[in-house]
Amino acid sequence: MSIMAILVSTIFVNNYVFARFLGICPFLGISNKMETAAGMGVAVTFVITLSSIITYFIQTYILDVLGLDYLQTIVFILVIASLVQFVELVVKKISPALYNALGVYLPLITTNCIVLGVAILNIKEGYNLTQTIFNGIGASIGFVLALVLISSIREKLQIADVPEALEGFPIALITAGLISIAFLGFGGLV
Amino acid sequence: MNFFKIFKNGIVKDNPIFVQLIGMCSVLAVSATVVNSFAMGLSVLAVLVASNFVVSMLRNLIPSKIRIPAFIVVIATFVTIIEMFMQAYAPAIFDALGIFLPLIVVNCAILARAEAFAYKNPVLPSIIDGLGTGIGFTLGITALGAVRELLGSGSLVGINLFPESFQPIGLFVLPPGAFIALGILIALFNVGMKKKEKQELFKADMK
Repeated sequence: MSIMAILVSTIFVNNYVFARFLGICPFLGISNKMETAAGMGVAVTFVITLSSIITYFIQTYILDVLGLDYLQTIVFILVIASLVQFVELVVKKISPALYNALGVYLPLITTNCIVLGVAILNIKEGYNLTQTIFNGIGASIGFVLALVLISSIREKLQIADVPEALEGFPIALITAGLISIAFLGFGGLV
Repeated sequence: MNFFKIFKNGIVKDNPIFVQLIGMCSVLAVSATVVNSFAMGLSVLAVLVASNFVVSMLRNLIPSKIRIPAFIVVIATFVTIIEMFMQAYAPAIFDALGIFLPLIVVNCAILARAEAFAYKNPVLPSIIDGLGTGIGFTLGITALGAVRELLGSGSLVGINLFPESFQPIGLFVLPPGAFIALGILIALFNVGMKKKEKQELFKADMK
């Protein structure tokens, strides 16, 4: 698949949040405010792209060579967890300003299933290194797009008159469903 | 603490799906049919009980600074076991659940129970807590699966329930249907809980 096709596919047609249900937890948990959504988005982009590259090398040069495929889940999640810690340390040292902006979101990323999901899907789809990188970038852009869309709508919903039973999560889920219907319109593009 | 209360809290008051909304990715993704939902529910139940058991046994050995990575390793081990087990004995379901089987590792429902309960409590209550939360999760995801399969394909557990002229609402099998169906189910759950609260308040008043 060409790079362009991967980007369009991951951002619009098979958006990781709306069509593949990856990264729903932060999507529902912190998508109340536009600003926090943007901060989370930047942090996730960083981690997904890095972890895609590292897990690709681990899979091709260590797990495949030694025939340790069955350890994939354990190894990948450990890599992601340590990567997140490492990124946190480095950002703290190099740019305290960026750390203050992203700090709160970094630990949360370990349990964000989009990171592990992208890493596993890259291997499953048999992508090469360039495709892996662009799949990671596309996934993060799609994730940021979804977060920004839903958070800007939820900001408005807070002052809207919603039936009591639907307040909070139910209305957020239904909103997400409606956006997801809109995303179905991209079907067949790639 | 009362064992029955711990068990019941996991199913009703702290239901991972309807109240806490954690572990949503797998819930939304695999709930297109009852069979897949139930299989996912049972896998999570098994991992949850096993990880609560091990974490609670090791709670005095794991230093609190590295507890999260330690929990994740324990959980990932059990997920890998379940994965291999499914691949060997239920290949059809293994294929249907696909990437979401390894993703049980990052199901926050399991990590949350390890952190909030098993790390602080003895072995037996932790197992009960795992059972309660796991059953709550299984019930929730199966209910969602039943609603989506009934509306989306007009069948239940693969058996057609309607005459052929019935036109199912295909949307409910597609991704948007998952969001909408879950939103409506949570709203109904909230209505039910509110009613129960009011009844209890009323009873307390009468006394």
